[in-house]
Amino acid sequence: MSDPNKVTIIACSGDLDKAYPILILASTAAASGKEVTIFFSFWGLFIIKKNDGKIIGKDWMTKMLSWMHRGGSERLKLSQYRMGGMGTWMMNQVFRKNKVAKLSELLEMCQDLGVRMIPCQMTMDAFGMTMDDLVAGVEQPVGAATALEYASQAGINWFI
Amino acid sequence: MADLTLDARNLQCPMPVVKAKKAIDTLQPGQVLEVLATDPGSKADFAAWSRSTGNELILATQEGTVYRYNVRKR
Repeated sequence: MSDPNKVTIIACSGDLDKAYPILILASTAAASGKEVTIFFSFWGLFIIKKNDGKIIGKDWMTKMLSWMHRGGSERLKLSQYRMGGMGTWMMNQVFRKNKVAKLSELLEMCQDLGVRMIPCQMTMDAFGMTMDDLVAGVEQPVGAATALEYASQAGINWFI
Repeated sequence: MADLTLDARNLQCPMPVVKAKKAIDTLQPGQVLEVLATDPGSKADFAAWSRSTGNELILATQEGTVYRYNVRKR
């Protein structure tokens, strides 16, 4: 039975402009008394990647991924209008000027409010990521069947 | 008349609501939280948040660019 007080979010994108709605909706839902679970898969894992350090990787290909994008909430880029880095820089400047919270603050707020963060095992393995690459408080990785079970119980399901 | 005042002026969505949740958690049922905000979206959001949480929005006013909300904890 789907419970209107349970929210499940599948976070598949590591774009700045997707990470904001993911963390804003999650923190607001938690602040509204809802039980929130976010499943991080594919590039969504970059949102919960630690800001310091690279992805450790297990072979030259996964180490190369880290060389292309180190991940971390402070390093996410816009999905479009990047203009060689200028676009993302300008967006961050505008956000600071308008007193929009940083992604790292929103992530912390989500954790304070008890949002459950669960990474996807398959993509973590494929990217050569371990729990040591992720921020504290993230739960043990799971597979699609677990995400499906959560989703079937939640009244609100978002795929972002 | 408020038991606690939260200054959420100059903060953007979702911070006024998120900080209000943390503030109201420190109060006892029946006590009143006052929130000051400048985000125009907070007008709809505090009404919605109060409905979601079951807390009672007992005052919502605007003075210039500042919105004032009083929420009684359920």
